[in-house]
Amino acid sequence: MTEHDIEITVNGTDHEMTVDSRTLLVHALRDQLGYTGPNVGCESSMCGACTIHLDGEAVKSCTVLAVQADGSDVTTVGDFADRDSLHPIQESFSEEHGLQCGYCTPGMIMTTSELLERNPDPNEEEIREALEGNLCRCTGYQNIVKAVESAAEKMRTTATAEGDD
Amino acid sequence: MYPSEFDYERAETVDHALELLSGDPEAKIISGGHSLIPMMKSGLANPGTLVDIGEIDELTGIEWDDDTVSVGALTTYATIADDDELWDELPVLAEAAHEVGDIQVRNRGTIGGNVAHGDPASDLPAAVLAADATVVVQGPDGERRIDVDDFFLGMYATELGEDEILTGLEFPRSENATTTGAYVKKPSPSSGYALVGVAVSLEVDDGRIESARVAANGIMDHGVRLEPVEDGLVGESLDDVSFEDVAAVADEDLEEFMMMDDIQASAEFRAQLLKVYTEEALNDAVDRLDASLPTA
Repeated sequence: MTEHDIEITVNGTDHEMTVDSRTLLVHALRDQLGYTGPNVGCESSMCGACTIHLDGEAVKSCTVLAVQADGSDVTTVGDFADRDSLHPIQESFSEEHGLQCGYCTPGMIMTTSELLERNPDPNEEEIREALEGNLCRCTGYQNIVKAVESAAEKMRTTATAEGDD
Repeated sequence: MYPSEFDYERAETVDHALELLSGDPEAKIISGGHSLIPMMKSGLANPGTLVDIGEIDELTGIEWDDDTVSVGALTTYATIADDDELWDELPVLAEAAHEVGDIQVRNRGTIGGNVAHGDPASDLPAAVLAADATVVVQGPDGERRIDVDDFFLGMYATELGEDEILTGLEFPRSENATTTGAYVKKPSPSSGYALVGVAVSLEVDDGRIESARVAANGIMDHGVRLEPVEDGLVGESLDDVSFEDVAAVADEDLEEFMMMDDIQASAEFRAQLLKVYTEEALNDAVDRLDASLPTA
């Protein structure tokens, strides 16, 4: 086994750490750095609970080696909660009952945020397709789709208002 | 679920990666890792050393010249699936990349990794067979160019040598005819992998099929061309050809006792799916052609 000194930026904070070759990024984030946003679900890149943004793209952090992320910029759901008020995506998941137990929610939010960056006005089919890699065993997805639609609308309104300034 | 212990080296260049590979039969190349890491977690693969080529920028991207489009090995499924020019000219590849996994997987997994891995149930083997790819590999003795028809040998077995690295794929561009294509699959309800997937690439000139390449994955232990289907298409007029009849011979050259047969689908069921999805892929390819023609 080899150990590696790596540098990663998580939610804007730079970290230096030592990881084993086989340490998965999700475990480095949770166990070594204390970022417990990404959840460990299936550990086989099926469920999406561990979704983070790696250099701006949604990926499943159980299927990336921590050492592969050396030099990368990581964003977890924690970056959304560091503010005084909820992010529109979080607000909409709450209002539309887009969660029950909440275990899948961090991943849902990270995938949704990438979707809305690429496509600010997705239709239902596009939302369902974008979230196909995130499993929820509580809601039946109906309210998650509603939450994403509502978040998209709020974010479009905010973007328009900012454009008017 | 941790993989077993291994060493890890990050390669700066292709030559550096080749150097790390040479003389180490236990070494494996990794980039996106979306085929290899799951296999390492489940114990199906236990490389002694991983050589990470993921940061070698020259292996990423799509380049067009007069008669070829070259796709670097590290180009992700997402990049391919989002490329409008590929949808226009090489739709079979763009559609197959779009059908892989989910957006998180497509953001990370690469075309080179997929093809080198040789998973019989993945989506790209059929697509690169249908698209008449040339597989470009680098080894200790320099570059080797392999016709895709000679590349896939069996389950997770390819023509790629242990001391070689797949660096890219090249696809011919059509000079005169219009190219169309499609990839459709019956996904496993649990994993999303193809129980059967069919890729079609057609060159059409003046309503007549000039050439046809049709291939499937999921049905055999590696991606295969469906030559009886191709033979039924070439020279036919789009107005007269019956895709149902052409697709009916899709399994003619395939030995049933060699077909994939497991808890998810019997060989008999897969053979039936193959015909249905061949017909569907042909219809989709022609619909795409109609959609791209200027309306009067």
